[in-house]
Amino acid sequence: MSGTENQMTGAEIVLQALKDNGVEHIFGYPGGAVLPIYDEIFQQEDIQHILVRHEQGAGHMAEGYARSTGKVGVMLVTSGPGATNAVTPLQDALMDSIPLVCISGQVPTSLIGSDAFQECDTIGITRPCTKHNWLVRDVNELARVIHEAFRVAQSGRPGPVVVDIPKDVQFATGTYTPPSAVPTQKSYQPKTQGDLKKIEEAVALMKTARQPVIYSGGGVINSGPQAAHFLRELVELTDFPITSTLMGLGAYPASGKNWLGMLGMHGTYEANLAMHDCDVMICIGARFDDRITGRLNAFSPNSKKIHIDIDPSSINKNVRVDVPIIGDVAAVLEDMVRLWRAAAKTVDQTRLGDWWKAISRWRARNSLAYTPSADVIMPQYAIQRLYELTKDRDTYITTEVGQHQMWAAQFFGFEEPNRWMTSGGLGTMGYGFPAAVGVQVAHPESLVIDIAGDASIQMCIQEMSCAVQYGLPVKIFILNNQYMGMVRQWQQLLHGNRLSHSYTEAMPDFVKLAEAYGGVGIRCEKPGELDDAIRQMIDTPAPVIFDCRVANLANCFPMIPSGKAHNEMLLPDEATDEAVANAIDAKGRQLV
Amino acid sequence: MNAHLQPTGSAYFIAKETELAETHTLSVLVDNEPGVLARVIGLFSGRGYNIESLTVSETEHEAHLSRITIVTRGTPHVLEQIKNQLERLVPVHRVVDLTVRAAGLGHERPIERELALVKVHGSGEHRVEALRLADAFRASVIDANIDHFVFEITGKPSKIEQFIAIMKPLGLIEVCRTGIAAMNRGPQGM
Repeated sequence: MSGTENQMTGAEIVLQALKDNGVEHIFGYPGGAVLPIYDEIFQQEDIQHILVRHEQGAGHMAEGYARSTGKVGVMLVTSGPGATNAVTPLQDALMDSIPLVCISGQVPTSLIGSDAFQECDTIGITRPCTKHNWLVRDVNELARVIHEAFRVAQSGRPGPVVVDIPKDVQFATGTYTPPSAVPTQKSYQPKTQGDLKKIEEAVALMKTARQPVIYSGGGVINSGPQAAHFLRELVELTDFPITSTLMGLGAYPASGKNWLGMLGMHGTYEANLAMHDCDVMICIGARFDDRITGRLNAFSPNSKKIHIDIDPSSINKNVRVDVPIIGDVAAVLEDMVRLWRAAAKTVDQTRLGDWWKAISRWRARNSLAYTPSADVIMPQYAIQRLYELTKDRDTYITTEVGQHQMWAAQFFGFEEPNRWMTSGGLGTMGYGFPAAVGVQVAHPESLVIDIAGDASIQMCIQEMSCAVQYGLPVKIFILNNQYMGMVRQWQQLLHGNRLSHSYTEAMPDFVKLAEAYGGVGIRCEKPGELDDAIRQMIDTPAPVIFDCRVANLANCFPMIPSGKAHNEMLLPDEATDEAVANAIDAKGRQLV
Repeated sequence: MNAHLQPTGSAYFIAKETELAETHTLSVLVDNEPGVLARVIGLFSGRGYNIESLTVSETEHEAHLSRITIVTRGTPHVLEQIKNQLERLVPVHRVVDLTVRAAGLGHERPIERELALVKVHGSGEHRVEALRLADAFRASVIDANIDHFVFEITGKPSKIEQFIAIMKPLGLIEVCRTGIAAMNRGPQGM
C-alpha cells in the first residue's frame, strides 16, 4: 500500500487523480498558490489545459463541456481572486445541476487565517454555492478527496464541488491511492431506483387520464441518453402531449408530433394551457420553478401530479404532488415503460381524442407569431434562419441570458439532448460564449454557436483571446438591438416605460473587435442579406463575431406576466402598447 | 421566516400560508468533519429557516459521528423541507423529526432536557430566598461566596425559564444554557 511507487507530491497526486477519473481537458488560470500543479501540467501530455482569460470563463467552459458530453467539467484556479471569480459559475452549475470539479489553490496551511496575500476563505465562500467542498490539509488525504469529489459531483443530482489545496500540501510527498481503493463516504449514497409501488400507482393514474401532459426538464438531460430514449418511448406508447422547461429542450425532439413547445413565462400558448387544464401531470426531472408555475395558487388547479426526481428535497418544495417517485429519470422511466407495455391492452386510446382536439385549437392560435419585415431583421426571423441553415449539421447551441435566449428557445428546434447549453436557474449573462468554447473543446469538429445579446456578450468577451489561441472556431451570433432587451421589456411592463440604464449608448464595433482579437467579424443589417451572411459565418474556420442588427424594440412574447396564471398569457397580437402598460397590476409590480 | 416577509402576491412565494407554525425537535446524525456545523447552520440561514435551540457534540468517537439537536419552528410543509434539505448535505447520515416520531409512539413530545448555570447575587434575605427556591427546583449550588451563588439546574426548558424568571428579582447576574438535548422514549434508537 505504501510502496515507494505510490509516493508522490501533492501536485503529482492531483494530476494522477484527474487522469484516473478520466479527465482529458481542464480549464484554468495560474497563480501563486497553484504553481506546483501548473508545473506538473507542464511535464505531462495526457491532460490538455485550456488557458482562459478570467476564472468565470473557466467555470462556464467547464459547464459547457460537461453539459455537452455528460462528463464532469474540471476547472483549476488560484487562491483569493481566482477562487472568488469562480463563484458565479459554481452557483450557476449548482442551480442547473451541472457536474463540475473546481480545484483551487490555497495559501500554505501555516498562513491560513493570517490574511496572507491572495488568501480568502474559499471553503466558507463556496459552501452555499457547491454541492460539497473540501479543504485538504493532509497530502495523504488528497487522492481520496479528489476521487470522492468526482463521485459527489456526478452521482445523484449532479452539481459543483470545490477541492481547496494549500500550497504546502501540493509540495508535500504522500501516498497515492487509486479510485478503486478508496472507501466512499457512507453518509452520501444516492438512490437511483424508484419505488416500484409508486411507479405502479403512477401508471394506474396515467391509464385513466383523459387530459394528461408530460412536463420534462433538465433532469432528463442530466440522467443521460438512456433517459431521453425512454422518454421518447413513453411518449410514443402513451400518445401523451409533452412540453419541457428551458433546461430540458432536446430530450424530446422539437419535430415530434406530441411536442407542445416550451412552457412557462415565455412558453407557448398550447403548452401553458395544457398544463393549466390537464387532469394528470407527469413531471419528469423538473422542479416547478417559479418561471414555470406562474401564480402558484392558480397552477394547474385540477390535476393529479406525478413527480419523478432524484432529489427528495425537490418533492413538494413549491407544488404539492400526489405521486412522488424518487430516483434517476432513466431508471424510473425504464420501469414505467415496462409497466405501461404490460398494461397497454387495457388502455383505451380513444379517450385522448377530445384533449388532442383542444390542443389543436390552442396550437392554431399560433402564439409565436410575429410581424415579419422586409426592411429590418426581426430577431425571431434571425433565429429561424440560423436554425434552417444549421439544422442538417452537427450543431451545438449555447446562449447568454435575455430576450435572445428566449427567442432561441422558442425558434430553434432541438432534436437531440446535450445540444443546448443555457443558464436557466441562475440566469448568468456572460455564460454563453465561454460555455461555447468549452463545447468546442469537447467537439472540435462540430459547429458551435453562441446565440448572444449585445449586452451579455460583453460580460465575457475576453475569452475571444482564448478561442483564438486554441483555434476554436466558435461562432458568436449577436442579436444586436442596442438594449438590454429583457430589462427594457420589464421596464415597459412594470415601470411606466422609464428605460433606466437599459440602453447601451456606446456600443463597440463588433466587427473590429473580432478582428482585434484575431477572429473574423461579420455584420448584417438587411433581411435579404442574412442567409448569405450566416453561410459565410458557418464556412469561416475561425472564431466569428456576427453582429446581427435586429429590430431595436421587438419584445418577447408570449409572456405570462408576474403574478398571473398560465391561462392569463399575454399573446403577441394582443400585446399593444396599452396592453403592455396595463399587463401587470400593482401587486404584480412588486414581483420579479 | 422568509415566507412571511414576502409581499403578498409574490411570484416567488404566492400561496397564502394557511398552515400554522409548529415547534419541532430534530436529531441530525453527521460525520464529525471540519465545517459540518457551518453547513447545517448556513442551510438554515440561507433558506430562511429558524433555529430556536442548537446543541452539538460528538457522540460516537470511533465512528466520528456527531449528533446535532435542533429545535426549529415552521409549518409542516417547511419542516418537511428542512428535513429534506438537511438530508441532502453530504456529511449528514440521518435526520429524525423527534416530535413527529414521538407522536407516532403515542407521546406528546420527545424527552427534552437542558442544563443551565445561573449566577445570582445573594445577600441578606434575598440570599435565603434564592437558596430556598433553588432547593425547590432541585438546582444545586456549585460555587458560592458571601455575596453570590452559581446554581446548576437541569430540566425541561420550561422549568429553566421559570427558575430564571424567579431569580431575576433576587439578583440575577448571568445565565448560560446548553441548548436542548433530546431523544424519544422507548427502546428504539433514532
